[in-house]
Amino acid sequence: MSVRTIKLKIDGKEVTAQEADTILEVARENEIFIPTLCYLEGLTSLGGCRLCLVEVKGSPKLFPACSTAVSNRMEVITNSDSLMEYRRMIVELLLSERTHICAVCVANDSCELQEMATELGTDHVRFNRKWTNHKIDSSHENLVLDPNRCILCTRCIRVCDEVEGVHTLDLKMRGKDSQVIIDLDEPWGASNSCTSCMKCAAVCPVGAIYIKGKALSETKDKELPEFVLGRRCR
Amino acid sequence: MSPESLHTGLKSDRRLVLLEKVITQHQYQKESLLEILHKAQELYGYLDKDLFLYISNALDLPSSHVYGVATFYNLFKLKKPGTHTITFCLGTACFVKGVEQIISAVERAFNVERGETSADGRLSLFITRCIGACAMAPNVIVDDEVVGGASKEAVMNKINFLLGDGKVETR
Repeated sequence: MSVRTIKLKIDGKEVTAQEADTILEVARENEIFIPTLCYLEGLTSLGGCRLCLVEVKGSPKLFPACSTAVSNRMEVITNSDSLMEYRRMIVELLLSERTHICAVCVANDSCELQEMATELGTDHVRFNRKWTNHKIDSSHENLVLDPNRCILCTRCIRVCDEVEGVHTLDLKMRGKDSQVIIDLDEPWGASNSCTSCMKCAAVCPVGAIYIKGKALSETKDKELPEFVLGRRCR
Repeated sequence: MSPESLHTGLKSDRRLVLLEKVITQHQYQKESLLEILHKAQELYGYLDKDLFLYISNALDLPSSHVYGVATFYNLFKLKKPGTHTITFCLGTACFVKGVEQIISAVERAFNVERGETSADGRLSLFITRCIGACAMAPNVIVDDEVVGGASKEAVMNKINFLLGDGKVETR
């Protein structure tokens, strides 16, 4: 059975798409920019960061573009004033939730959160910052986990599960207490299941998981890591 | 005894037999994780590392996933609770009605912090989010009894009564 081709409008531009595509995929194909943080091509979509929220004409709700399928004659708006305001607010909330200090961060200059803040013109945070003081796990030979910089996008968890297939990482607790854990919340160095593949460090959009002794700009290619995309071609 | 249990430090006793039975009843399905965690807590009183490893082996789930699910829910206990447990509701209504003062008073009086158990293992204090009895706020659950419209004095009296009027030994 062939996939139906459908027509829709994104920001007034007529585009065609396959029926099962998501709004984000179609927008990217047509060079329409929708900001994202938790989305990573090749991994399942989470819809957690809410940065990719878009308006669809005829509905009062907002839809996450990364996990909403397109439909025929849909009219999508990606850059209204209220959307921009929501996005700014989301970035400010992310910045206030933990301890984000760019000047002393390994990810400085190759951080997707920083990039997003610059893009949206965030120059201050209107909320009280939490300044969390979670324990840093540096027991692993090459990798460091710093929950204070984590934005809980769960890319590391998804890449660990879906690409490497070991599921060493997961999330514990909920809400503001959520944290990335290794096995049964044990020191990383003691983990039997971790294969030290370092994919988690490669997909981390911020400086929460990084390779010891190196700034992220030295180790991270800004392009999407090949092993994530490579999985689709296999 | 199944080979799985050999991997963990769980003692083979009646509780483990019962747990194994429940897992078999659920046909080792990954979806039944919650039911099995419930049963494990019912049998052992709380969930520890060995139980997590045993369950993750039995259901063929990553241990981090089992841990993540168990910590997501408030009612799963990861530490051995004391003989008597006092659970304070910290939902919005109870918070507004001043449950915080009751908590800190109890903490001070019995030298136990919230989420912890006293050194002699007789008293545990737990926090929960909304027990759904907002009309009676502030709510405190003393062992299995819900105390609505709780006051500092009422809760203290109940705890003193439970502990046989003697204070919990200070740490």
